[in-house]
Amino acid sequence: MTGTELLPGASPTVAALLVIGLVLLEAALLYAAYGILEDVLAPVVFKRIQQI
Amino acid sequence: MFGLLGLSAEVFALFVVFGFMVGVFFGFFGMGGSFLVTPALLILGYPTPVAIGSSMAFVFGTAVIATLKHHDAGQVDYRLGALMFVGITLGIELGSRLVFGLETLGIASVVVGVAYVLLLAAIGILFTRSAMGDETEAEREAADDAPDDDVPEIARKIKSYNIPPMMTLADGSKASLWTISGVGGGVGLISGFLGVGGGFVRMPAIYYVIGTSLAAAVGTSLFGGLMSGAVGAFTYGRAGVIDVGIVTALLLGSALGARIGSGATAYVDEDDVTIYFGLMLLIASLAVALGEVSAWLAIPVLDRVSFVLLIGSALFVCAVILYHGALAIREHRDVAPSA
Repeated sequence: MTGTELLPGASPTVAALLVIGLVLLEAALLYAAYGILEDVLAPVVFKRIQQI
Repeated sequence: MFGLLGLSAEVFALFVVFGFMVGVFFGFFGMGGSFLVTPALLILGYPTPVAIGSSMAFVFGTAVIATLKHHDAGQVDYRLGALMFVGITLGIELGSRLVFGLETLGIASVVVGVAYVLLLAAIGILFTRSAMGDETEAEREAADDAPDDDVPEIARKIKSYNIPPMMTLADGSKASLWTISGVGGGVGLISGFLGVGGGFVRMPAIYYVIGTSLAAAVGTSLFGGLMSGAVGAFTYGRAGVIDVGIVTALLLGSALGARIGSGATAYVDEDDVTIYFGLMLLIASLAVALGEVSAWLAIPVLDRVSFVLLIGSALFVCAVILYHGALAIREHRDVAPSA
């Protein structure tokens, strides 16, 4: 699925900017989501590793 | 969901796992995106423009995540990255023109292939020799007492030549704008010439020539990757060849991997891993050479061997980073859990 397929009829520049915007949004959301996960799970994982 | 992204569940999972491995590399070394992803996509049968375009968009996304992580640790020199970017952009333009010029002579493929093999081998040898450390214990202690103990000797020598205008780096040291522009231009030239992101050249160049700490070189290289990835993604996005499904799946894995890789830099002694990274580059050089030979002699099996060598060595180094990270956590039980 390409930018052209996401926004049929859009100019190449708009399609390219849409793809970049989408990747940026995904990256920011994943960074935030995994950050929350890290805060919750990191102490548990560290403790487990130290016990091994 | 998978139908919407245009991928089967198996391929989606494969990309998530592969993305994780690349993310660990990206986070730890500040490089390793396009030179792993593009060949993998090509082997999986994606057309070359889709492989390169999707790889560029993925490098951009992963660089955003890894840069944010290094930003939190204060390891990104944004001014240095921005100054280098001007040189990088000009270098990419010059490099691509050089390729088109060689193309008209009919020797582009051979020259680019040989240059790629030699460059990977040279950087691999540099890292391996540096990690094997021919310095004595006394020299190491003397270096530890030096004010710029994290800066290699060659960089200290280059920095000693004060050619104005001098720019102040984030760590307070100074570097000539000529050195910064030269490094940017050189990295861009190689990037445009070889058609790769260039992180495997950018990070060592920042470390060995401009003379930042290794952590700052990694963070700043990632910021450079973010900017050049954005330019590449825009260029290929205009051509409509970026597969959003592939990029999303790879990002899902790499976002986690980049966090772990970036976090590991705070715990793992770089010397423990650098030798493996140097060896991986040497194996990658061999893998690319086999790929070239495969293309010249039309022996498809060599292409498969090349792919296995590339992915296998990358997987091994990724496992080494995670292993040393776990060991470091066990040895330093009083270290705070969040990097």
